[in-house]
Amino acid sequence: MDRRFKPGDKVRVIQRSQPGHVRTPMYVRGKAGVIERVVGSFPNPETLAYGQSGLPYKILYRVNFMQKELWDDYEGKPDDSLEIEIYEHWLEAN
Amino acid sequence: MNENTHDHTHATHTHDGKPIQNDDRPPIEAETLETAVRELLIDKGVISAEEIHREIEMKDGKGPELGAKIVARAWVDEEFKTRLLTDGDSAVLDFGIDMRPTELCVVENTDEVHNMVVCTLCSCYPRAILGIPPAWYKRRDYRARAVREPRSILSEFGTVIPEHKQVRVHDSNADLRYLVLPQRPAGTENLNEEELAELVSRDSMIGVSDIPS
Repeated sequence: MDRRFKPGDKVRVIQRSQPGHVRTPMYVRGKAGVIERVVGSFPNPETLAYGQSGLPYKILYRVNFMQKELWDDYEGKPDDSLEIEIYEHWLEAN
Repeated sequence: MNENTHDHTHATHTHDGKPIQNDDRPPIEAETLETAVRELLIDKGVISAEEIHREIEMKDGKGPELGAKIVARAWVDEEFKTRLLTDGDSAVLDFGIDMRPTELCVVENTDEVHNMVVCTLCSCYPRAILGIPPAWYKRRDYRARAVREPRSILSEFGTVIPEHKQVRVHDSNADLRYLVLPQRPAGTENLNEEELAELVSRDSMIGVSDIPS
């Protein structure tokens, strides 16, 4: 499968409201991060969860965010970070 | 399973004499649904009560001792450690663990980085390696605060991370399951793999604690 992003690429999580079994938590939507690695292709949980096939498979990435990007008032240290798995259809180039 | 099959009840005690809490709240919708689906599957012969029972026993039988063995192996065997960090699924096959359909992601604590794991959306956890997650791992306050104020949560576990160290939180939200490889404590050079495994706590593999020297 074609992969739109590679490790080190700057990305932004799409800010989108979508009901259902969505694995993109609200707190990362609209936030900018960096691709840590490409995990592989997996069934799409947004349809798999409802007894469907999960096809077409979606590319899954691990994305690293600086905590300061996620929370304006983050009280930890400046280089504290968070990593989370995001499917390609939730990411745009930044 | 079905309480009605239990031929007598013990409202105020268990057989070992400890007080029990009466489960008198009404079942939540999901419990009613689970009972209905389970009974239907059994009635229609899709699965048997025995199979369900065996699966529960198998799941309950897994515990963090398995994870501790994996950590100890990584501490003493550099080649295994490299494999564990780069291809966790293949490494844990050595211990008879099959991660499918999920994938294992092992993150290493170092002098520069402290890793901790949370599942903000539900309670994803490397059950094949650590067994059933602790109750606090599933609670809303841990799940919300671990991503928002990790250092504060860590200090409540007695884990104070020095300022120069990065705290990296892993939100286990999709297809990976995370295991933290804790730092080997100082002064353990003379211990063998088995002795090292005894030092490794469950919480150190979730990343909410370190292993004391």
